[in-house]
Amino acid sequence: MNSANTPARNTKVMSRFDLTSRLIAKLKHEEAVIGGIGNTNFDLWAAGHRPQNFYMLGSMGLAFPIALGVALAQPDRRVFALEGDGSLLMQLGSLSTIATLAPKNLTMVVMDNGIYQITGAQPTPGAAVADIVAIAVASGLTNSSWAADEDDFERLIEESMSDAGPTLIGVRIDDKPGVGTTRRDPVQIRERFMHGMGVREPL
Amino acid sequence: MAVAEEKTSPETSEKSWQGIVLQTLKRNDIRLVPYVPDRVLTTLIKNLHADPFFTTFPTAREEEAVGIVAGAWMGGMRSAVLMQTSGFATLANVLASLAIPYQIPLIMFVSERGTLGEFNYGQSLVCRTMRPVLDSLAMEHHTATRLDEFEFIVDRSIKQAITTQAPVALILSPLLTGGKVFDK
Repeated sequence: MNSANTPARNTKVMSRFDLTSRLIAKLKHEEAVIGGIGNTNFDLWAAGHRPQNFYMLGSMGLAFPIALGVALAQPDRRVFALEGDGSLLMQLGSLSTIATLAPKNLTMVVMDNGIYQITGAQPTPGAAVADIVAIAVASGLTNSSWAADEDDFERLIEESMSDAGPTLIGVRIDDKPGVGTTRRDPVQIRERFMHGMGVREPL
Repeated sequence: MAVAEEKTSPETSEKSWQGIVLQTLKRNDIRLVPYVPDRVLTTLIKNLHADPFFTTFPTAREEEAVGIVAGAWMGGMRSAVLMQTSGFATLANVLASLAIPYQIPLIMFVSERGTLGEFNYGQSLVCRTMRPVLDSLAMEHHTATRLDEFEFIVDRSIKQAITTQAPVALILSPLLTGGKVFDK
């Protein structure tokens, strides 16, 4: 990751679990959180299960589209989405869709370690050359920025909650695996999430 | 003159296949319609955009539209996706890892390319993958060929998808739509 080809960056390399925990600690209004495939949702699970969390067990790259769907269905609820850089590279077109629809209740976080950690830490095709935040800006998500450190991440999360359009926050993270392991029960995950969204009552 | 012609043209009347789709979606409170376009779907897409009941927009890939539909359903909003045959062929992973295991009533309208007068060899090949994929996942699917059966198929399929929390594919045959032919 720190090869001679990598552009100089003034962003601190942080911990996915720590940042996820900081985000969850800020949530006071039953905000939705969509966790992308693998480590992203493992750390969301480990940060403390809430009924408003949704955990993806496949469909790599769809955390932002799923979050967009929730945001469109419930415009009065803040929706957060956590996605990895490798996942996002699979679905870059979704950034333009989101920029066009411009839901003001959507905050996207990209956990960027430049590797497919869970499959053996192979570098992503963009690791040494692509800038996810620059891609987001060029896709029309003008309110996109890198978090310099943990305090800056918290500030950007706070700001996003009152912004007039969607926000994307890029964070550089280390190469550690997720802290927990989500219980892989898709029906329960979906049903609990719908309870958390106030769409259904338990039987 | 042009307006009068449009009003009476078969494509915009409620008895056209496009009119039946629009009215049946509305009757079943399906408000969100992401799509990847197809020539055959042009009039339907135009009419959906013109009706303020619907939130309809293009996505870059069909998978993306399926993700949006899943999120919207879990947030309490019903939706459907429009695509063509080759777009369906990109969906096996998301059907098997999201729509089916999470019990999402994903309602798909697939305009059928690749048969009954296809001129593009690739389209005819990809069309042959569609029903085997649907069958391998034991997914409900119907091929609509006749206008007189169409409303029944669409309305009942939507209701079944929602009540059984299972995806459905409604394949729009060239026998219904006229399809896309070489001179277009």
